[in-house]
Amino acid sequence: MILALLQETAARALTFPGAHSVLRPHGPQALRIHELWRFLWIVALVVWVLVVAALLWGAFRRHGPEDGGERSGGGPGMHRAVVGATALTVVVLVVFLVFDFSTGRALTMAPGGELHVQVTGHQWWWEVEYPHPEPYKRATTANEIHVPVGVPVVVELQAADVIHSFWAPSLTGKRDLIPRVRSSLWFQADTPGVYRGQCAEFCGYQHAKMGFQIIAEPRAQFEAWLARQRDSARTPADTLARRGRQVFLASSCPLCHTIAGTMAGGNVGPDLTHLASRRTLAAGTLPNTRGNLAGWIVDPQRIKPGVIMPANQLAPRDLQALLAYLETLE
Amino acid sequence: MSEPPIDRPRDVLAPDSAAAAEERERLELERSWRGRPGFWGWLTTTDHKRIGLRYIITAFVFFLLAGLNAALMRLQLARPESHIVGPDRYDQLFTTHGTAMMFLFAVPMVIALGLYFVPLMIGARNVAFPRLNAYGYYTYLIGGILLFVQLYLNSGPDTGWFAYVPLSGPQFSPGKRVDTWAQMVTFTEIAGLVGAVEIIVTVFKNRAPGMSLNRMPLFVWTELVTAFMILFSLPWVATGSTILLAGDRLVGTHFFNPAEGGDALLWQHVFWFFGHPEVYIVFLPALGIVSEVVQSFARREVFGYPAIVLSTIATGFLAFGLWVHHMFATTVPQLGASFFTAASAMITIPTGVQFFCWIATIWTGRPRFRVPFLFILGFFATFLIGGLSGVMIASVPFDIQVHDSFFIVAHLHYVLLGGMVFPMFAGFYYWFPKATGRMLDEGLGRLHFALWFIGVNLTFFPMHYLGLEGMPRRVYTYLAATGWGPLNLVASLGAATIAASVVAFLVNAARCWRGGRLAGADPWDGPSLEWLAASPPRPYNFQHIPVVQGRAALWERSPDRPVVTGLRTDMREVLVTTLLDAAPDSRHRHPEDTIVPFVAALATGVLFITLMFTPWAVVVGSVCLFVPLILWGWPDRREHTLELRESEERAA
Repeated sequence: MILALLQETAARALTFPGAHSVLRPHGPQALRIHELWRFLWIVALVVWVLVVAALLWGAFRRHGPEDGGERSGGGPGMHRAVVGATALTVVVLVVFLVFDFSTGRALTMAPGGELHVQVTGHQWWWEVEYPHPEPYKRATTANEIHVPVGVPVVVELQAADVIHSFWAPSLTGKRDLIPRVRSSLWFQADTPGVYRGQCAEFCGYQHAKMGFQIIAEPRAQFEAWLARQRDSARTPADTLARRGRQVFLASSCPLCHTIAGTMAGGNVGPDLTHLASRRTLAAGTLPNTRGNLAGWIVDPQRIKPGVIMPANQLAPRDLQALLAYLETLE
Repeated sequence: MSEPPIDRPRDVLAPDSAAAAEERERLELERSWRGRPGFWGWLTTTDHKRIGLRYIITAFVFFLLAGLNAALMRLQLARPESHIVGPDRYDQLFTTHGTAMMFLFAVPMVIALGLYFVPLMIGARNVAFPRLNAYGYYTYLIGGILLFVQLYLNSGPDTGWFAYVPLSGPQFSPGKRVDTWAQMVTFTEIAGLVGAVEIIVTVFKNRAPGMSLNRMPLFVWTELVTAFMILFSLPWVATGSTILLAGDRLVGTHFFNPAEGGDALLWQHVFWFFGHPEVYIVFLPALGIVSEVVQSFARREVFGYPAIVLSTIATGFLAFGLWVHHMFATTVPQLGASFFTAASAMITIPTGVQFFCWIATIWTGRPRFRVPFLFILGFFATFLIGGLSGVMIASVPFDIQVHDSFFIVAHLHYVLLGGMVFPMFAGFYYWFPKATGRMLDEGLGRLHFALWFIGVNLTFFPMHYLGLEGMPRRVYTYLAATGWGPLNLVASLGAATIAASVVAFLVNAARCWRGGRLAGADPWDGPSLEWLAASPPRPYNFQHIPVVQGRAALWERSPDRPVVTGLRTDMREVLVTTLLDAAPDSRHRHPEDTIVPFVAALATGVLFITLMFTPWAVVVGSVCLFVPLILWGWPDRREHTLELRESEERAA
């Protein structure tokens, strides 16, 4: 069993996409909080050791033979010890409050020259939109947020149905998405990489599988990505893919999904215009491979029981065509 | 009713000896306080000990059932992506686990311990309102059964024990699952308020003469403060769940419906304004047990009695000023949040003072390392971890990282298991001989303690780390790639250890209930009045109500051992004393046993259970309740004749 655990840990180091931990901060905010955490646990450890040591010493120390019948103990020395310990507690708490308030202030300072991203929480996926003054140039994607490295990003949060909570621990703390309440947070990724996040407020059956990724990349790479995302989908040249496009449009898919550049304009599920460019499927649950995509389309309830997407009974030929089409949506 | 032979030997004794008079008095007390025999007597009893013991056992059964839920959850989470239970079942399991642990175990347990031991510790014959007491118990029982029956019928609530809207609203939770939650809450609210009223009035008006407020045992103090906290906090959740249910879910109001201008955050405020004091409601009486056990086993009066009392009261007040720290991840303004951070840090001070006082008591005493004391040592080490992580999450920046993660799961279990269940087990081992007349086995007790201590830390300590590694709470599974597998497996092994320790306790209790070593009235050389009563106590608790001469009532008695005389023994009569000084004030006729509270509780059950389906339940239920309530207030003819006779005697 231990071997299995070690293997799992090793496998994690190879496959796990980037950081997802309060203890591995990659942005200024997570770093500040990590400093605070270091202070907190060291003080806590010292306090715990002192109190338990005092308790055990008091319990196990050798007592003089004379204290037999006396029922009320504790002279002025003991009195002073208790008052002293209480005073020390107050001092430690004041230091804690000062450290805490200064960290809190630093975190809420609004940064300048930032990128704005709108994130909407749905049961159980994340809609991500990069606004643009011209509506047709808005880029909409799902479950992954691309950002340039070293730039403050403001995320405007809203909830479409119930309360969700946006949490990417390696970058910053979480913020709730509450219906009809506008909220926002900002973060900055200092190193390129993939940072995992997950919904933190219980939101129903698939709360457990409502992940997302923040992909921090160099500015040029990010701009190129964003430019592609602003495009509509092209009609594929390949005949199989063209047939897949017809399968898509003739089935129930467009009722829920949008593919810009086609008649599909549903807004219940994620926008699929650039599906093939995404790293994961089903809100960070599966790597975006052909097999996983097929499995998801045919029986999403097996992968995320309770999910709103229904099972799709497609003939094998139709399914192959549909997959071929979806793979062209880069 | 047949007269058992015990009432007859009066003429066997020499009529003029003092012992005979004593014995006659005892028999008379026995006859007037004894309940009816058999099952009918079991249903009609209003004895605080019989109700209290039933209450304690019921709460413990709910602890076991909710623990079973936890075991299933740990089984599911032991490995990534397992399929032992699906999300639907898992959501019901964790919701019922939290709901039952808070509403059906923790709060009822501390109330039940109070209802059993407070009258004994203050030298009273019963609680102030014995029929109401029975009513409270039966209401609670019906609510608890409702929840678990619904769970086992696969329609248990599934939106978490704080049932956040809009998820728990009509749109996202159709069906009767959330209604079950809301009605179960209503039942336990009634029982909680009843318990609080009982404890407050009993403590204020039924203390033995001489037990002024500043001589009350610390457990009684904590129960008193808790009772007041219940009085001020429970109506909030009752209002909340009634608005949620009768309003939004049943008749289509929109208090919490964002689509119609309702406010989802309102629910969080209402719930946590109750929910945070709730933690201290559970925790304060447990600290009272710590004080009692520490002084009994250190064989010293507790150090700093006034400091501990004032800390308890301060905690009671401060507990109402912390609720927003459950909402730091919402849109609370920063300045506002800072106040709640400061208040949350401040509540550490009174708890710290109590810690230091207990340690001082242990320092000056010579501790006996029996099982209750071991659990107290375990409490110190474990609860302190929960307290320290509590200070950490009082910080807004740190809390927004770990809020709603497994770090919080670790924290709250350290607080509740460390701060409430450890002392509760200490109290069980301490008071078991009083309630049953027999000692629990020391060897099995040590095994129970060792397994419990290891199990709790093995289960919950790794969860701190899991939370920091990004694992959110309330997930029915997690991906292998997250790397959370190994520590979850450790936690699940810890849960198995906890289960083993509870089995050790159950075996111990089952074996010793009838077969344990006989305890005698005072096996621990205890300081407070409950050790004066027989083990188990007679229905009237004390043949003579003692006069209290000091804080540790039994350690500070003068050799002549003064008692109260002049209370009637041929009928149920109790002594009422003044609030501050407990000076004898009046004698009070005490009600007889009756079935009415049980019937009233059934009618209440009909009312609230039908309310899950139709608003007409209010009409139907009120009619059902009308009958027992009229019977409840119906004048007792015997009582009337007695009063007449008494006034005639006085006139003569």
